[in-house]
Amino acid sequence: MRRLIAQIGEWLDQRLQLAAPIREIAEHPVPRSTASWWYVFGSAALVIFVLQLVTGILLALLYVPSGAEAWSSLQVLNHDVTLGWFVRALHGWGSNFMVAIVLIHMVQVFLFGAYKFPRELTWIIGVFLLLMTLGMAFTGQVLRFDQDAYWGLGIGASIASRVPVLGPAIVKLMLGGPIIAGATLSRFFALHVFVIPGLLIALVSLHLLLVLKLGINEWPMPGRVVKKATYLREYHELTKKDGAPFVPYAVWKDLFFAACILLAVAACAVYFGPFGPTGYPDPTIIQTAPKPDYFFLWLYALLSLLPPSMETPALLIGPVLAIIGLLLLPFLSGEGEKSWRRRPIAVLTLLLIAVTLGTFTHLAGFAPWSPHMNAWSGNPVPQRFLHGTTALERQGALVFQVKQCRNCHSLGELGGQRGPALDSVAARLTQDQLIRQVIQGGGNMPAYGKNLSPAETTALVAFLETLHPAGQAPARDTARDAALGESTERRVPAQP
Amino acid sequence: MSNENTLSRRALLMKLGILFNALVAAALAVPIVRFLLSSVTRGRANGYLSWVPLGSVSQFPEGETRLATFRNPYVMPTDGKTVDTACWVRRVAGDQFQVFAINCAHLGCPVRWFPQSGLFMCPCHGGAYYRDGSRASGPPERGLFEYPTKVQNGLVTIQAGELPTPGAPTAALVGGKPPCAA
Repeated sequence: MRRLIAQIGEWLDQRLQLAAPIREIAEHPVPRSTASWWYVFGSAALVIFVLQLVTGILLALLYVPSGAEAWSSLQVLNHDVTLGWFVRALHGWGSNFMVAIVLIHMVQVFLFGAYKFPRELTWIIGVFLLLMTLGMAFTGQVLRFDQDAYWGLGIGASIASRVPVLGPAIVKLMLGGPIIAGATLSRFFALHVFVIPGLLIALVSLHLLLVLKLGINEWPMPGRVVKKATYLREYHELTKKDGAPFVPYAVWKDLFFAACILLAVAACAVYFGPFGPTGYPDPTIIQTAPKPDYFFLWLYALLSLLPPSMETPALLIGPVLAIIGLLLLPFLSGEGEKSWRRRPIAVLTLLLIAVTLGTFTHLAGFAPWSPHMNAWSGNPVPQRFLHGTTALERQGALVFQVKQCRNCHSLGELGGQRGPALDSVAARLTQDQLIRQVIQGGGNMPAYGKNLSPAETTALVAFLETLHPAGQAPARDTARDAALGESTERRVPAQP
Repeated sequence: MSNENTLSRRALLMKLGILFNALVAAALAVPIVRFLLSSVTRGRANGYLSWVPLGSVSQFPEGETRLATFRNPYVMPTDGKTVDTACWVRRVAGDQFQVFAINCAHLGCPVRWFPQSGLFMCPCHGGAYYRDGSRASGPPERGLFEYPTKVQNGLVTIQAGELPTPGAPTAALVGGKPPCAA
């Protein structure tokens, strides 16, 4: 039996002549220091990419890229096909893991100075691979073609339409027509299944070829400085003096890590299940609050927190600058120290970016800028705020609920967080200030002057004036008190 | 025979071959690019817009704002329900109507009308608009998009067919009121 296999192998190799070059690639010497657990992320990203290709093809066996049927075909996959849910979950979680591992790989390459001479092109191709991975994540979310996908496309179109002059044309090109419809899904399908994966395969191959041609980056030692004139000779000497064949010396760590990552994807798939689809993509159902997938949550937060006038420039210029910065990085610091121990600015920049993205993502988890659309009818005024109040103040509490104030202002930690919590507003604002704020709005609050009768305003402000901590007197305008000769004992602090 | 300045027959034929291929590629590129840009060129000629009825005038009480739906005038068989669109119809008085797009002028999320407070609120980033569509607060830089509206044979009719986005030329035609408090 073994002889037969050997004979077949020999017969094939006589024709293909691949055995020798493959052996040479497998056994090429790498610096011993690179056989480290820090060097496993690139191969893990490749393994997940293969997982995505396989599960993607499996999904394409049943998925229908039609605006009318995509959503139902996902329901069939989720509920009617044996283990359809599992393949969907693998693909969805594989996508999250792929973005995460590509980012970790990039951070490692950055910290180890691996983008420096002569590996500039490897880094540049890597930047495009990151962009394409994010492109796959976004187009994949669109293929789910549920409510989130529909409104997410609307957000994409709104951003694209802000490009000067070309905006409207870009929107129609992106949507494949004047509105988000069947043609939109078809072209995102073509992008997700043909265009971007094709480019990914080509660029991943180039990326790998460069790693083989230029050698894996050696472990950075503080003080071992990269100079264009001497680096190649030094690296060659290092691999000669202190090298080991990639297979099997280093590859076993890649293999173990890749298997662990695949297991982790599978575990998440089994435990958490597939992503959506959420509601049917019917734009007449407007009771929806679309949210992007995990890796775009920071953008969702940024779009709420930027001042309106800064938004368009930030959206259109920010990404361009970021990409140019990443592409120029190896040319701006192509030589010098590789070790993160001697590159404090690089480490701080990285930390700053990580903390910023992490904070935005965290904020987007509970979206304090979004009004709670049902708070006015769903969250009653807590009883303690009504205890011992007058009829007028209770009427004011009613106005407070009915006029949807609660959608943006919380009481007793329930309600929107768009505006400040009002539990102790009377300690901050005097009666006059409350009236002015309610009627004229301002500071990101609409003016309610036209939507409140004088009686309603009086009642509402009377209620708001009761909202102060027990034992703390409400804010008062002392000048007014003096002018009107009012007693300083105008109101006794309400007891909780 | 040949020196540096003369071209051999083979080399000339190869160059002619490349030129021939370039010409064919250019000729093929014209229809391919036209196909790729068809959705843009048709839109530039405003070929997507038409007048669509929303319902009879009597369906919309005076002084109130109601949700209406319409089917996009441009439909393909694979569109499913995505061609059905909602909009907010405000009957100001008599035959005077304002029809607002459902899409927030910020990033296009569906805004909801709250008659009690007279505000449109967006669930995404918290944009708010007054009853006449003008900006009240939040990230939008302008008021709600408004469809061109007319009353025809007792029917409220709007000119629709394009997704309203901040950059769309149709959005600039209407609804571009200066943001001011109502």
